[in-house]
Amino acid sequence: MPQQEIEVILARHLSEYLLMPIFIVNPDGDLVFYNEPAEAILGLSYSETGMMPAREWSTIFQQEDLEGGPIKPDDLPLIIALRERHPAHKVIRIRGLDGIAREIEITAFPLVSQADRFLGAIAIFWEITK
Amino acid sequence: MKLTFWGTRGSLASPGLDTVRYGGNTSCVSVQGSEGTVIVLDAGTGIRPLGQSLPTDSKQIHILLTHLHMDHIQGLPFFAPLRRRGVEIHIWGPASTTLSLSARLQKYLSPPLFPVSVRELSADLHFHELPDHLIEIGEFKVDAQLIIHPNPTIGYRIQCAGTAVTYLPDHEPALGMRKFPRETEWLSGYALAEGSDLLIHDAQYTDQEYRERVGFGHSSLKQAFQFAQLTQVKHFVPFHYDPTHDDEQLDRMFEEARAEVQPSYVVTPSREGLSLDAVC
Repeated sequence: MPQQEIEVILARHLSEYLLMPIFIVNPDGDLVFYNEPAEAILGLSYSETGMMPAREWSTIFQQEDLEGGPIKPDDLPLIIALRERHPAHKVIRIRGLDGIAREIEITAFPLVSQADRFLGAIAIFWEITK
Repeated sequence: MKLTFWGTRGSLASPGLDTVRYGGNTSCVSVQGSEGTVIVLDAGTGIRPLGQSLPTDSKQIHILLTHLHMDHIQGLPFFAPLRRRGVEIHIWGPASTTLSLSARLQKYLSPPLFPVSVRELSADLHFHELPDHLIEIGEFKVDAQLIIHPNPTIGYRIQCAGTAVTYLPDHEPALGMRKFPRETEWLSGYALAEGSDLLIHDAQYTDQEYRERVGFGHSSLKQAFQFAQLTQVKHFVPFHYDPTHDDEQLDRMFEEARAEVQPSYVVTPSREGLSLDAVC
């Protein structure tokens, strides 16, 4: 496996110390890393899965809007951040592999480095507890 | 290619009786190719004696800066070829996210920090920003990539006819890792150093010092040995010594690290005046 870009390595290091679930994807949308809090959402640990192609991780959990309507994978903040290269935010309901429905806020932003190098995107998930 | 070490010290020049063997000048290494191309790695205080040693009829010199901390640029205005008309000098190094390389250098080369500005230098100066280039310089191919160190910092892999030399003088690959070393995919500097014939790497601290200075951007000598092992280099050259480490302490550190790591590669501690030939 080739070495990740240094900015992505530093992002992973930071995420490993944070409590918020964090997902890091490369420019192709492949999930290159997710931290331990994110494992609870996916229902899978990073040590088990390693990198996951976009078509795989985007279908692991079912997402819907707060009225129960469907949300296409293309409308997820992480995909918008990748496609349009600007931040995106949305409140959605997801059902992970554990079958539990959760309302979460997602903020995603693109990773653009010096010389306009596009390195992927990061999403932070925040569960809404009532 | 022939490598000569003109400055091996990190952070601050530290001349004196206690540092005469390993040297007190800060980072500077020259790389000379079989066709006469001269590359200078960093412009610490060691670049002054290098400038005096170069032929006065040198027409072109390439200075590759890893970053712009003072110990890597302080010698630049004392590099004699910069004051000679007709010499073409190419300075390669990192921009910041908002300032060009030349603008960043002019912060140092201007009053009140220095009396002479860049535009007053006589040489024909050219600035090139990295790391988004694979550079070709004479007979050399140079790969420049960002590595972990505070502020944008570049490591270099210099290749010539199948021989590779990697220069990572300020590097903290262990930053943020609960356990070092980690798998190579997530290891800063791995792509540059992998399988190098010769690796010049940061060896600033003892293990105890590293624990007290996490995030300062440097490695312990033992971490540098481990990095060399993981990247499967053939020859490891510790570099960028802490200014508080005198010759005797460095001797002890090398002895302890060798005994603990049992390296499978050749180890030659850098010292001022050392020349090494890498097959090319």
